[in-house]
Order: sequence, then C-alpha cells, then structure tokens
Amino acid sequence: MSMNAQSRLQEILSKGEFAVTAECGPPRGATPEVVRKKGELLKGYVDAVNVTDNQTAIVRMSSIAACAHLLQMGLEPVMQMVTRDRNRIALQSDIMGAYSLGIKNILCLSGDHQSFGSQPDALNVFDIDSMNLIRTVQTMRDQGKDMSGFELNGPPRMFIGAAANPFADPFEYRVIRLAKKIDAGADFIQTQCIYNMDRFKEWMKMAREEGLTEKVHILGGVTPLKSAGMAKFMNNKVAGMDVPEPLIKRMAGVPKEKAIEEGINICLETIAQLRDIEGIHGVHIMAIEWEEIVGQIVESAGLTPRP
Amino acid sequence: MIVAEQKPLSEIKEIIAPYKKILILGCGTCVKTCFAGGEDEVAVLASALRLACKKDGKEIEIEKLTIERQCEDEFIRESAPAVSRSEGVLSLACGAGVQALARRFAKTPVLPGVNTTFIGVMESQGIFTEECSGCGNCRLDIFGGICPVTRCAKKLLNGPCGGSQNGKCEINPDTDCAWQLIIDRLKALGQMDNLRKYIPPKNWRTSLSGGPRKLVREDHII
Repeated sequence: MSMNAQSRLQEILSKGEFAVTAECGPPRGATPEVVRKKGELLKGYVDAVNVTDNQTAIVRMSSIAACAHLLQMGLEPVMQMVTRDRNRIALQSDIMGAYSLGIKNILCLSGDHQSFGSQPDALNVFDIDSMNLIRTVQTMRDQGKDMSGFELNGPPRMFIGAAANPFADPFEYRVIRLAKKIDAGADFIQTQCIYNMDRFKEWMKMAREEGLTEKVHILGGVTPLKSAGMAKFMNNKVAGMDVPEPLIKRMAGVPKEKAIEEGINICLETIAQLRDIEGIHGVHIMAIEWEEIVGQIVESAGLTPRP
Repeated sequence: MIVAEQKPLSEIKEIIAPYKKILILGCGTCVKTCFAGGEDEVAVLASALRLACKKDGKEIEIEKLTIERQCEDEFIRESAPAVSRSEGVLSLACGAGVQALARRFAKTPVLPGVNTTFIGVMESQGIFTEECSGCGNCRLDIFGGICPVTRCAKKLLNGPCGGSQNGKCEINPDTDCAWQLIIDRLKALGQMDNLRKYIPPKNWRTSLSGGPRKLVREDHII
C-alpha cells in the first residue's frame, strides 16, 4: 500500500481501526440540497461516504459534483467511478479534476450495464475494465504518469478502492480476481452486500490463505433489508446478489410493521460477525435511499464515536 | 464479406509453439476472397511454417485442409478426422469460425491464424474497405446507401464535422469523409431533403453494446 495518499479513510485503516463507510446516491436532478441533506444524516457516523456514479445506469448528478458538495460540509467522499460511460481519456481527466477538488478516495468499478437503466438505448464505452482503471489510478499516483507515460504536473494521490463480489460465479475465480485487483493497485476493497455469511467466510478464508488480507483492507458490505419483498427482489432480480432462503423466511416471519426492525437486527448481527472475521477491517453500509437509518445502525453496532 | 488478415508469421509461431502436430484449417468463403485463409493461403503458410521451424530446429508435423465454411457445422464435420490427428488446430477462418470449431471439438485447442478485421468489400483488387458495423438497426435508406455509423470516424449522424476537408477525413488524408460521400450521393439521387432531417440519438440496443446478440428464426427451427 502506498503511503502517498492522505485520506482520512486511509489513516484510519492503516492505524488498524475498524472503518465505517456508507453510501450516498446523488439525486436525479441538479439540486445540491438533496446531497447536503443526505450528508447531514451521515455526518459523525461514518469515516467516508461513497458517492455512486450513475448507479444502475440511471442518469444522476455526477459523482464528482456530489463529492464536492460533501467535501464542503466536511465529509470525506469516496468517489465511485465506472468505466461504462467514459473512455480512458475522460477517466484520467476526471481523476485529476476530482483530486484537484480535494477528493482523495476512489472506488474503481466497471458499472451496471445500461440495459438495466432508464436509457437502455445508450452506447456503452467499456474502453478499459475496472482492473485497468485501478492500475491507471495507481500509475498516475505512484509514477506520476498518465496512461501515455506523460509526466503529470502534480499527480492525483488517490487512495484506491475496488469492489469484490464473493457471491458471483464462478466462485473459485473470485479470490483470483481479488488478487488481480490487489496487484493492480487496490488499497481497499468494499464487498457486495453480505447475506450469505457461510459463503462470505469461505471466501475470506481463501483470501487469507493466499495472504491477500495482509495486502489490502477489506470492508464488508451490508444493506439493511426493509421487507421480505425486498429480500426476494434482491435475491431474484439483482445481479450477483445472494439472499439465502432462511433469511427471506425470517423477514417474512415477522409482522409487516416489525419488518424494518428485523432487517436492522439482521444487519447488526452481520456487522457483529464481520468484526470477528480475521482480515475484515471495516464495514460499508449501503442503505439504498435510506441514509437516515445509517446513524442508528452505526450507533447500535457500538461503532460510535468515530475517530 | 468478413475481411481478415493473416497474423504475422512470428506471432503464429508463438501461438503454435506448444504443439508438435498441427492442422492448418482454411475456410473457403470470406477469408478466401480476401486472401487471408483459403486453400492457397493454407499451402503458403504451411510451407513458411515448416521452413521457419526447421530453421529453429523445432520438429513439427503440419497437415493441411480447407473446408467450405468454418462457421457451419455441416462443413466443420468434414474436418473431424484431421482434427483428431492433430494436437492443435490453427484456423485461418474469422473469429466466428474459430469459435464454431472450438464448440465442436471440446478437447482440441483451436488457435487463431488471422485477425478478423471488419465487414467490408473489395474496393479494387487487393484493397478492402470497411462498410458495415452490424449495428442491427440499418438506416442506409436516409444516408444514400453510405453508412456514417461505420464510415465516419465519429459515427456522426447529422452531417460532417469541422474536420472534413476536400472530401477527406481529419483522421487520415487517405480516408474519405463519409459525409462528403453521403452528400454527393444524395445530390445525385435528388434526395437532398434527407440532409435537412434531424436524426435523433441512435438506439444502440441492437448493437453489440446491448450485449451479445442472438437471432431466433422460429420459422426455421426444427
């Protein structure tokens, strides 16, 4: 891991403290107040806030701009960047632009296919994949050069994140892919939402055996369930998501008005289990359009006050 | 036709390096027409490889065969005995041919001997140009039969950019400006009105961008 970056998230992780990050989806519009409101809800409860980049291929305020709004409020953003919409020229340009605004964390992703979004007619880009985006940011940071080898006047010193989905197939490839991302330059990993804890533990065991947990900070992803319907939907309709049947039954087994409470309980149990797994250095809470619940979860999990 | 170009000998040597018995399999359709992988090219490549391997002191057995089409199982089957005698197949067909072979022969590595370049035509003897990108949503009717999606470097649908000069494209003085060609042709056809038409953003769902494509012809399924 490079010592060049200077983000707070990096500082917390390198001190060996358990990090807490959350997600903030920018609005489908140009109103900054929406971002600020979400930021207010998260302030004091998390170390950094991931800002999604046109998630599920739906056009939203740009991740860079929303990150800038959060920065102004004193929150530390993790800028998510997907390779679906921008070629290598735009990606490198935006990485430098983002850093110039004070954005110090990046999460490199390929992005959901546009066919899932509201404008499926769009042409996708995918000029480079997430692996090469990680490598590009690392080269810009550590060698101070862009992809052409040109020496940059002031390199962007990003703390580099990548995603991992232990629940996607083929399972045996998932740890190899993690290793490739670490080799490419990932400093931290945020995982897909964890519901199948057995499979997650198996994946972590494999990662430990390969020595990967010594090389990268892994933050386990959680998403509180709101209802049995949501659990079923995530299992059946969301690509690469694995919600085991007993969990769906557990959500369905409580009265409707208790469903939210049960979802939060499950989330807290998951966080407690994550803290006991060797190699897990933090939790990433993705409360989709439900940012107001994050504070309660962090508090109930005993993760406040934040450093 | 699908236009392809044979890979450099040095690259082919590298690709076949792990094998001592190979079959060079030609295709008698598109790649034959563009001089990349027909019977003649199979023979020339076999000689060149034998010579190169001899020079390097490497033992190699090379068998030659050319079938009518490598993208159709009916013809692929003819190559089965020769394939079973080889450790690897160097296919001189387009990427579809290589994959069709791989699909049929589960245990034999199928290696590409050509680079598949584009869907095009032979403009004049030995000169091939790209004409179609298979976007799945053809509007050649309004563009006078000249495709801006393929032949304009920026895929512009509403007229030429500021880089069009003397009928040539800004990226290369040897490349025609597709829009110059479209305009000339629409003039000749008396369809200049088409130039005033506003063309909305293209629906790319039917292109590769929408994911790998599959065409189902119910009326032909047995």
